Amino acid sequence: MERVFFYFIAVAIIVFAFMAVTNRNMMRSIIYLLFVLIGVSSIYFMIEYNFLGAVQLTVYAGGIIILYINSIMLIEKIGTPMEKVKTVRKVVAGIISVFGLALTLFAIYSYPFQTVKSGNVTTVSQIGQALLGYGNNGYVLPFEVISILLLAAMVGAIMIAKTEKK
Amino acid sequence: MITLSIFSNIHQWLLGVLPDESTVHVVELITIALVYLALFALTGLFLVYAERRIAGFFQLRLGPNRVGPFGLFQTLADALKLVSKELTGTVKADKFLYHLAPYFVIISALVTLSIIPFSQEIQVFDIDIGIFFFAAVSSLGVIGIFLAGWSSNNKYSLIGGMRTGLQMVSYELSIGMAIVTIVLLSGTLQMSQIIEAQRHTWNIFQGHISSLIAFMVIMIASTAETNRTPFDLVEAESELGAGFHTEYSGMNFAYFFLAEFINMFISATIIVVLFFGGWLSPFGITDGIPFMGAFWFILKVAFIIFLFMWFRWTFPRLRIDQVLKLEWKYLLPINIVNVVFMAFLVWMGLTL
Repeated sequence: MERVFFYFIAVAIIVFAFMAVTNRNMMRSIIYLLFVLIGVSSIYFMIEYNFLGAVQLTVYAGGIIILYINSIMLIEKIGTPMEKVKTVRKVVAGIISVFGLALTLFAIYSYPFQTVKSGNVTTVSQIGQALLGYGNNGYVLPFEVISILLLAAMVGAIMIAKTEKK
Repeated sequence: MITLSIFSNIHQWLLGVLPDESTVHVVELITIALVYLALFALTGLFLVYAERRIAGFFQLRLGPNRVGPFGLFQTLADALKLVSKELTGTVKADKFLYHLAPYFVIISALVTLSIIPFSQEIQVFDIDIGIFFFAAVSSLGVIGIFLAGWSSNNKYSLIGGMRTGLQMVSYELSIGMAIVTIVLLSGTLQMSQIIEAQRHTWNIFQGHISSLIAFMVIMIASTAETNRTPFDLVEAESELGAGFHTEYSGMNFAYFFLAEFINMFISATIIVVLFFGGWLSPFGITDGIPFMGAFWFILKVAFIIFLFMWFRWTFPRLRIDQVLKLEWKYLLPINIVNVVFMAFLVWMGLTL
């Protein structure tokens, strides 16, 4: 039964991803992209990586997609599809995509992955301990670096958005 | 899954009838989904009725009182009318997105329902990240409102949708921060464990002043998140027609309307679980009596919903700049300081 669900979600992800890049209406592309992201998060939920699935939903669906929609709402009008892409570009993009796919598949198949038994739930406290741990399997340095990067980005955004006082 | 004895009997019976366990699982999931769907359509209708009666009470008039005893069937009749109505739409709308938008709103509301613990036994999905799952799924609802505003191809709808974006995205932060405050106190994200941690004292008393501040913030932010007065700029009738759902009619409109009330119910349940001990009875007076958990839960939720309705008929509507100033200049700084203060309280062991 789980296998049926997996193939259903996987096919949906591929179809929606294809539709997201081929649709000429920008807002619809974003919605198909949203479906792709929701599909990925449902795969995370299926393998019981609940925290990762919820983060995927919050960050991508709740944050980034809303930002995209917000900016598209301001610049797009209904009934004005994007210009057609030249055939040369399509071919080049296709070649690059196939190359990327080949590279990914090669990487996946050349590494001997081990099957993990499902039902092996990573608890939130384990994730928290790992994020702030400085021993083995601790991620405190990347965590802090990302925090500083985000802080810098926020301050930068505020500085750009701030109007000059006259 | 639901663990009442009657449900385990049904489970055994299904195991006897159907071939294998996974089929039974799927059948059970579908049954529970259908039951919840029916139950919450009715809850939504009842909440609309309650809202109108309470509005009447506050304004010294009667409210609906003709259809059925005390007018109880008034909203049911309204819903039947909406179902039978023709779906009209604008010609120049983006048809696909226009018809998709209500489903985002209603589905995100219904998915969130699954994590709500009605009593110790009645909870569909006791996921280990509980309250974070709520925050994640409820952030999808705002996309539906954005899409509805944009795809209607109408400037009033668009302004309504944009205002929602500003408002709901901002107030989500406050709700998240208030949740983090309580998670610090109870040390878990799972709904059942948050409630279990309140067995000797409810969280609102456990964290002293810090809990009280978090409670006030989450009350204000939930009112804003569900787009109710005084934060109903999204659908400010005097300025924007009906806001983002101006162009919707019939069942599509009913989805938005129902989702608003279900969201209010969900906000109330989250507040009850976080601060008022969920299905726990006060001082444990009814421990051991079956089904009393659900009774206390519904009673508490009804009280919080009454508070929301009280807000609605008491305060005048804010302007959009006032709404944003309230969030970014007052609630969010207060909240961040409050989280640090709560961490300090928990660290020093000063909680009750």
